[in-house]
Amino acid sequence: MAEKEVLIQIQNLSVEYKTRLGQVSAVDNVSFDIYKGEILGLVGESGCGKSTMGKALMRMIQPPGKITDGKIIFEGEDIMTYNEDQMRDFRGRKVSMIFQDPMTSLNPVQRVDEHIIEAIQVHEPQTKAEEALERATKLIRKLGIQKRRMDNYPHQLSGGMRQRVMVGLGLVLNANLIVADEATTSLDVIVEAKLADQLRQIREDFGVSLLVITHNIALVAELSDRIVVMYAGHVMEIADVEPIFDDPLHPYTKGLLQSIPNIQLDDTEELYKMPGEPPNLTHPPSGCRFHPRCPYLMPVCVDHEPPLAEVSPGRHVKCWLYIDHPEKESETIKVEA
Amino acid sequence: MTNEKINPDGNNEDVLVKVTNLKKWFPVQTGFIDQLFVKEIDYVRAVDGVTFNIQRGEVLGLAGESGSGKTTIGRVAIGLEEKTEGEVIFDGIDLSTLSSEDLRKLRRRMQVIFQDPLASLNPRMSLGDAIKQGLEIHYPESSDQHRDIVMDIMEKVGLSPAKFFYNKFPHQISGGQRQRVVIARALVTKPDLVLADEPIAMADVSVRALLLDLMVQLKNEFNLTYLFITHDLATAKYICDRIAILYLGKIVEMSTLTEVYAHPLHPYTIALLAAVPVPDPHERRTEPMPKGEIPNPINPPSGCHYHPRCPYAKKICSQDEPQLREIRPGHVSACHFAEMFLEE
Repeated sequence: MAEKEVLIQIQNLSVEYKTRLGQVSAVDNVSFDIYKGEILGLVGESGCGKSTMGKALMRMIQPPGKITDGKIIFEGEDIMTYNEDQMRDFRGRKVSMIFQDPMTSLNPVQRVDEHIIEAIQVHEPQTKAEEALERATKLIRKLGIQKRRMDNYPHQLSGGMRQRVMVGLGLVLNANLIVADEATTSLDVIVEAKLADQLRQIREDFGVSLLVITHNIALVAELSDRIVVMYAGHVMEIADVEPIFDDPLHPYTKGLLQSIPNIQLDDTEELYKMPGEPPNLTHPPSGCRFHPRCPYLMPVCVDHEPPLAEVSPGRHVKCWLYIDHPEKESETIKVEA
Repeated sequence: MTNEKINPDGNNEDVLVKVTNLKKWFPVQTGFIDQLFVKEIDYVRAVDGVTFNIQRGEVLGLAGESGSGKTTIGRVAIGLEEKTEGEVIFDGIDLSTLSSEDLRKLRRRMQVIFQDPLASLNPRMSLGDAIKQGLEIHYPESSDQHRDIVMDIMEKVGLSPAKFFYNKFPHQISGGQRQRVVIARALVTKPDLVLADEPIAMADVSVRALLLDLMVQLKNEFNLTYLFITHDLATAKYICDRIAILYLGKIVEMSTLTEVYAHPLHPYTIALLAAVPVPDPHERRTEPMPKGEIPNPINPPSGCHYHPRCPYAKKICSQDEPQLREIRPGHVSACHFAEMFLEE
């Protein structure tokens, strides 16, 4: 396996929200790397902390939320130590983000070209307007939007086009990472499939890394190279896309994958009906946060939180089934590389 | 267009709902000045000539992208919305002949489950009271039994113990439980037909399978008929017996679900099925997707509405509107060249 170059390292990151009902640990001690040029899928159900994770990556957590711990290492520097000016440069120029609803991210009274020119001039003030316009036009065409659309306002564009404009805002500044938070969710399936194709093409053409945050696990199977599975604020499993779908290790990943509807008629397996619902994070379950729903529950899981361990090269899993513990009675499962 | 052709399974014996040439056009709101000078009003043709039957005891799926008219068909089919043209016959009763009072009485037999359970429930009403309301309206004479009936149905939908949930409020329970309340409320009046409009789209993936299973179970137990509206073709596979694929207010293809999925005979259905991501990285899609997006329903394309996006479009497609034709036994498609897909 060729050595992959790390773009961003997230180390022990925690985010808490203060609510009337108490502290909510939305993201708890999460670590993973994002490699250069990869499409990384961050999947989980609502409330698992995946969106919070995406925002924390750009330090965009608003009060009452707060990043309480951890480091985000980018190009050898911890961005948690950046001041506001440095952050402003980091957001947009290094990392750009697209959200579920592009209508709320685009300015309704600004034309497409104005959006892109503004983005260029904010981050590269020395660029002349004509030069910026030329760059914008080239890029827009690469994204499959006609040149005449440059004069359009956001409401004149279709949903898919708006998302592509958002992607363009990141690409025009040569961002290293584009975070797509449920970017395809509000789109129809055909448009979603097309955007997925385009995201893959963009990765090829620009060598940019993509962090695709979504609840749509089938989409991640279609799109990403590697997957991070989150549950209740914890990372449960990290692996390349093929091994994780062929042989999921964590009981949550197993259940989740078996509960996804598969449109293929030759897949006649019944959907797995996972008991219970994701927990309320004001009072997360003790030990492993998945233990109340886990079919492989062992006594050790109730009191002790398992670490996220690398059980074979590139495969990380947070489950006592694969990790030794003195209180454990059953044998630890060895994972073959 | 004859009815026999549009009822692909040919079993006319036990039809619960018969929808014939249904149209629903919404006038486009214009400003005062425009109303003075422009004589013709534009219409959004949300539903534009749709014919289908729902057999008693079956699950008919209406599937399509946003703007295809699937929700509007559902609403008109149970009389929540007035039709512009056509006929809806529920168990032999023509809905348009009913007074609003009679329609209200008939509603006992047609209930709805909407997508967003939180929006469907009154935040100030306890779960028990919310479920009981239907009984109070439709069975006021047996009010002494209402509480028991409600408790019973709550247990059946998995809100157990019912005593614990009866006095809780919507904000105190989880999303999955809320959808169970909505299901219980729909079933408590013992309906014949349940309109389920994206009933599990808002639920988490790990909760969906349970809800879907519950809906199938209850259907068998209460002898229900579902009109199941969805944009998610993968989910439809697990519940629908028959499916109609909609595009811009028209049915483009209809048959049993396995027939449509195994032998799609309309280019739109073929694209739609291919676009659904498969949860298997070894089977990534390689087919290119059709160009463009769903056009504006105020000014739909001439001829076949799909022709501007269709990779197989010929001259005739922009001139003549194709009608639904039976291409395989019990399988209708509205494509001039549907036979072309037979060998594939």
